Amino acid sequence: MTAEALPDLAGHFGRYGGRFVPEALVRALDELDAAYREAKNDPVFQDRFHGLLRDYAGTPSLLYRAERLSEALGAEILLKREDLNHTGAHKVRNVLGQALLAKRMGKPRVIAETGAGQHGVASATAAALLDLECVVYMGETDTERQALNVARMRMLGATVVPVTNGSRTLKDALNEALRDWVASVDTTHYLLGTAAGPHPFPEIVRDFVGGIGTEAREQCLTQLGRLPDAIAACVGGGSNAIGIFHAFVPDQQVRLYGFEAGGDGVETGRHAASITGGSAGVLHGARTYVLQDEDGQTVESHSISAGLDYPGVGPEHAWLHDTGRAAYEPVTDDEAMAAFQLLCRTEGIIPAIESAHALAGAARIAPRLAAELGRTPTIVVNLSGRGDKDVHTAGAYFGILDQVETIVPGENS
Amino acid sequence: MSISATFGKAKAEGRSVLVGCMPAGFPTVDDSIASMVAMAEAGCDVIEVELPYSDPVMDGPVIQKASDIALANGVRTRDTLRIIEAVAGAGATVVLMTYWNPIERYGVDAFARDLAAAGATGMITPDLIPDEAGEWIAAADRYGIDRTFLVSPSSTDDRLAMTVANCRGFVYATALMGVTGARTSVSSQAPELVARVRAVDPEMPVGVGLGVGTGAQAAEVAAFADGVIVGSALIRCVLEAPDLATGHQRLRALSAELAEGVRSGAPS
Ligand SMILES: Cc1ncc(COP(=O)(O)O)c(C=O)c1O
Repeated sequence: MTAEALPDLAGHFGRYGGRFVPEALVRALDELDAAYREAKNDPVFQDRFHGLLRDYAGTPSLLYRAERLSEALGAEILLKREDLNHTGAHKVRNVLGQALLAKRMGKPRVIAETGAGQHGVASATAAALLDLECVVYMGETDTERQALNVARMRMLGATVVPVTNGSRTLKDALNEALRDWVASVDTTHYLLGTAAGPHPFPEIVRDFVGGIGTEAREQCLTQLGRLPDAIAACVGGGSNAIGIFHAFVPDQQVRLYGFEAGGDGVETGRHAASITGGSAGVLHGARTYVLQDEDGQTVESHSISAGLDYPGVGPEHAWLHDTGRAAYEPVTDDEAMAAFQLLCRTEGIIPAIESAHALAGAARIAPRLAAELGRTPTIVVNLSGRGDKDVHTAGAYFGILDQVETIVPGENS
Repeated sequence: MSISATFGKAKAEGRSVLVGCMPAGFPTVDDSIASMVAMAEAGCDVIEVELPYSDPVMDGPVIQKASDIALANGVRTRDTLRIIEAVAGAGATVVLMTYWNPIERYGVDAFARDLAAAGATGMITPDLIPDEAGEWIAAADRYGIDRTFLVSPSSTDDRLAMTVANCRGFVYATALMGVTGARTSVSSQAPELVARVRAVDPEMPVGVGLGVGTGAQAAEVAAFADGVIVGSALIRCVLEAPDLATGHQRLRALSAELAEGVRSGAPS
C-alpha cells in the first residue's frame, strides 16, 4: 500500500495506529469516522473550512526566505510561518476543522486536553467562534506553568479543569478528557489536539493540518521553481510535522526530518523523544512509540517545551520512521534554546520553543546535507508557532527576567 | 474453579456470582494478597485482580488512586502474577483485569502462559477490543485462559454480537456510560444491555459492573445479571481506613453484605 493511501480502513499504518480504547467509545469513533468521510467529500463543508482558514486564521501562511539565518546556517532556510496564524500556531487549522465537524455532528459541547495551553486556547477560540461549550483538561502542573494561557481560555468562555492525578501533566489531561468522553459521547466531541490517539483522529488531524504541506510545496514551486532538499519539523504528538510532511511523502528526493524533544539528552532518561528514545507500545488509543519502562508503564517525559512534553507520538510517525521515509532525531533543550536565540537575533522572530527544536535540527543537518549534495541545501523549517507564550520560560532560561520578577502585582501602578 | 463452573454453580444455587476487584500490590504486595483472600473468604466468588497501570482511562478516582499507590510502592508485572498465584492457591477463582500495554510489553504469548501457570482462569481487557485482539485471542486459546471483552450501552447490535462471540467465560457489561466508581443508583441502562447480550447468546454469562457499592444495589443487579462486579466500593474500604486491620474488617463486612445481596436478588 502506498504511503498516501494510509491508514487502512481500521486506522492502521503498518502495525501502528488502530484503536485501543474502551468499547464505550467505539461507536463515537465510528460516527466521527463516518461524519468525517462525508464532510471530506462535501463541497459545502470544505468551502466553510477553507473560508475560515483564509479569512479567520490567516492562511496560507507565508513561506519566508530567512536571509540572515540562511547565512548563519550555511543553508537556504525557508520558514513556513505558522506562527503568524491566528492564535499563534498551526493548531488553529485542526481546531477549526474539528469544531466544524462537531457542529456537523450536532454535538454542542467540545472537550480538549492541553499541555502548554496552546491547543486549549485554540479550542476555546474555535468554540467561541462556532458557539460551542468548551471544557479544557489541563494538568495542574501545567496550569501553574502556563497561567496566562489559563486566563486566555477563560476569557474565551472555556472552562479549564486542572487535572490532579498521575503526573499532573499533558498525558494525565488526555486520560481525563478520555474519561469525560466515555461518559458524555452523546453530546460531546473530543477535540484531540494532535495527530495521535485512536483511529480516526490521526488521519483527521493530519488532513486538517495538511494545508501546511500543500501550501509549502506550491510555494516552493512558485518561489523557487523547485522542491526543497529537506523539511524540518518538531515532533510532539506529531501534528505540525505530519501536516508539513504529508504532501511531500511521494517526493522521494525531499528528505523529511522530525526533531523530538531531547530534554537533558536522551542518554539521561530525561527527555520526550518517543521514537528515538522509546519503544513500540500502546498509549492513548493507538500502537505507536512510547516512553515506557520494562513493564509497559508510561514513563514521564521531560522537555523545556511544554508542547513537546508528551511520552507518545502519532502512529503515522512511527510508521514513517520504521519505513525510513522520515528520519527522527532528538534535539536537547540547550540546542533548542540556542536556535531560539539565533532566530530572535538574526530575523527578529521569537519562535515557540517547540519550533526552535526544528530550527536546531535544521542547523544540525545543514552541513550534512551540504556535504552530501555538494551544494547549498534548501531546507523548509516548519515554524509551527510563535514564542509569546514562552517569554517566561525563555526569559528564565537566559536569565533576563530579574527586573520583571521583582514586580509585585498591584505595586506597579 | 473455572469461570464457567463458578457461574454454573451459582446458577444451580439460584443466585448471581459476586466478583470483587482489587488492584495488585495495593498498598503492598502482601497486603493486597491478604485483602483478596479476605474478600474471597467473606463471600466474593471471583477475585478480579487489577494490574496497576499508569494510564487507566476506564477507571475513576478510587481505582486510579489505589493503582498509583501500588505503582509508587514498586509493584511489578511479575508481582501481579505472584499475587494471582497466592490468591488462586488459597482456593479463589481469579481473573485478571488489565490494560493492554503491560501485556504487549511482557510478550503476549509469554504472559498468557505465565498467567495460566499462576492459576488465573480468565482475563478482562478494558482497552482491547476484539478488533485488535487477534494475537491475544490466539494466545488465550493456547493456554486455556477465558477472555472477557466489554460491551457498553453504546455498542451497536453488530458490535455486541461480534464482541460476545469473542468472549469465553463471561461478558463484562458496563452498566453505564462512564468510568468505574460507586454510584448512588444503579443504571437503568444495565437491564437492557444484559437483555441484548442474552438475545445474542442465551448461554453466555453476563457480569455487570460500574457503580455497584451496596448489598441492596448488588441485589438489584443480581435480579437481572449472572454476575455482579464490585470494585471501587471494596477498594475504598482499604483506601479510607485508618489502618490495614480496620480496612480488612470493612472489606470483609462489605463482601459479606454484597454476597448476601447477590443471594437475595431473584436471578432471572
Ligand atoms: C507551536 C507548537 N508547535 C508544536 C507543538 C507540538 O505539537 P505537534 O507535535 O502536534 O505539532 C505544539 C504543541 O502545543 C505547539 O504549540
